[in-house]
Amino acid sequence: MKVIELIAKDYTLQLVSLGSMLLGIISGVLGSFAVIKKQSLLGDAVSHAALPGICLAFIIIGTKKTEVLLLGALISGLLATFIITSIVKYSKIKFDSALALVLSVFFGGGLVLMTYIQKLPNANQAGLDKFIYGQASTLLERDVRIMFILGVVLIPVVILFWKEFKIATFDEAFAESVGFSTGRINMLILFMIVIAIIIGLQTVGVILMSAMLIAPAVAARQWTDRLSIMVLLSALFGAISGVTGTIVSSLVSNLPTGPTIVLIISGIVLLSLIFAPNRGLFRRILKNSKGYRLICEDIVLVNIYDLHFKRGEDSKNIDFENIKASLNMKEKSNRKLEKLLASLNYRGLVNKEYNMWSINDKGISYIKNNIKGGGE
Amino acid sequence: MSAELEIQVIAVIVAVACSLPGVFLVLRKMSMMSDSITHTILLGIVIAFFITKDLNSPLLIVGAALVGVLTVFLTELLNNTKLLSKDSSIGIVFPLLFSIAIIIISKYAGSVHLDTDSVLLGELAFAPFNRLIVFGVDIGAKSIYTMGAILIINLLFVIIFFKELKIVTFDPALAAVLGFMPSLVHYGLMTLVSITAVGAFESVGSILVVAFMIGPPVTAYLLTEDLKKMIIIDIIISTINGILGYKFAETLDVSIAGSMALMTGLVFLLVFIFTPKNGLMSKCLMKSKKEVLKRA
Repeated sequence: MKVIELIAKDYTLQLVSLGSMLLGIISGVLGSFAVIKKQSLLGDAVSHAALPGICLAFIIIGTKKTEVLLLGALISGLLATFIITSIVKYSKIKFDSALALVLSVFFGGGLVLMTYIQKLPNANQAGLDKFIYGQASTLLERDVRIMFILGVVLIPVVILFWKEFKIATFDEAFAESVGFSTGRINMLILFMIVIAIIIGLQTVGVILMSAMLIAPAVAARQWTDRLSIMVLLSALFGAISGVTGTIVSSLVSNLPTGPTIVLIISGIVLLSLIFAPNRGLFRRILKNSKGYRLICEDIVLVNIYDLHFKRGEDSKNIDFENIKASLNMKEKSNRKLEKLLASLNYRGLVNKEYNMWSINDKGISYIKNNIKGGGE
Repeated sequence: MSAELEIQVIAVIVAVACSLPGVFLVLRKMSMMSDSITHTILLGIVIAFFITKDLNSPLLIVGAALVGVLTVFLTELLNNTKLLSKDSSIGIVFPLLFSIAIIIISKYAGSVHLDTDSVLLGELAFAPFNRLIVFGVDIGAKSIYTMGAILIINLLFVIIFFKELKIVTFDPALAAVLGFMPSLVHYGLMTLVSITAVGAFESVGSILVVAFMIGPPVTAYLLTEDLKKMIIIDIIISTINGILGYKFAETLDVSIAGSMALMTGLVFLLVFIFTPKNGLMSKCLMKSKKEVLKRA
């Protein structure tokens, strides 16, 4: 209750929460495409590569206005993306090496420009580096408005080009063959991802922005195999972590907002990896143990089946020790075998009389259909 | 030794020391792991710093190396679930560890002097101020000795385990069959990457370590397909980067480490365009030649 009261009263908190939520939604939606295309780390590269652009924009235009700096960041982010894709296209260098090289060289260039700016007379460069490390707590109304406008533009574009995005993301060859220009679609996706990264920079900073792009999408991927649901879930996870991260960090003293958001989204990723139905690790363990038990039961049933046909008509009932001997089981494993037999009995494949077991018609047809392939 | 010469020597030592393990990172398609490790070692430094309360303690290197290896381990743990791709695993692990480090720093920001900028950015120009004094005698900048030691360790590792590194890099399955223990070599390499990164961070800052680790090997990779030649070219290129970078920074009076990274990019670009066999230029020439032939 105290939390709600606090949010209702505190205007700055409302603003920052709104900003983080918008950022979570935008990066969640666009990050899904980056993650599926195995370009998750592009966010990391672009956000580092933005530094020289920010510095150049400041040097040329001489103002610290958010719009100007964003434009500079955008241009150098796009240039970096272009160089990375060109290196991969025209040489044997792999995507990850190209990424690491361009990221660090651009950042180095940015540092050179930064030291140059520091020497300029009357340069008010203080705070330029904050732009790249991000400070969610200093978000202004104008920043949130920029995010809102970009969100309103970007998300309809995703909906409008949904079919194109989907096909270019999953099957480029097919997309080409039915006449889509994947080059242009990929450029559009990349362009939008770069925009999302740049606007996220000043909220959560370089490193945390790459997390915001990857983590919600990875978490969402675990719950579904459908792209549409994945994108929606990813936006939801992004929004939730943005808002809760902001609120938690405002409740605890000296807790920075960006890292708190990352902590929360990482928690969501971990939970998704473990508990997601179908894909989750927990489910996988269950599935494996169930599969293993079924295989054991099948082996026992096949042995009873073989004993059944080896023997004469008068001794269809087979005692426990005989089954055990036929399976070469150890002395200790009585209980295990009993369990398997009980389960087979429960499934109605074998009958039990006193301590004697026999396979019934249902069991024989099960074996013929599922194991011996009806070949007899 | 004058301060300028000392800076120059440190610049070259750092560049070469970083580029040696970088060769294997590039060949093993793990370049972005260097970016990941250079960020997460911050957590190791922070934790070790809170234990020792001393920024010069050797425990800092131990802590950083441990966290570096932990980063690799966690990334592979995630990757082995097959629920997410390798790059996503990297992108989940390092922001998390980095965030934890930032949170620890901000929670105790008032009581300690340790800010993220000094780790991430670093400044080579300040290196000569930190002297190593033995029995009251000033024997030179401390960085020369720490980075020199790291350079020697890296060099010895590459020379002694050359065969192992080669086989594990190019055919891990065969290496495992022959009993070379790929994971041991792998983690050995990762430990070296972490130690090198933490040694270099105070002079060049952790992000630019990535440039020195990946830039020269990638450039050398364009020029040769022989591992031995690649390592030699790699050492030559990183030396050139170190010297040119410092000269550039000196003339314009800008960040030395940044200039070195910029030179790394420039040298790469030149090689990328003008390599005789695979360069952009010869490819374009070939293309136009083919077109002429087609028309003829």
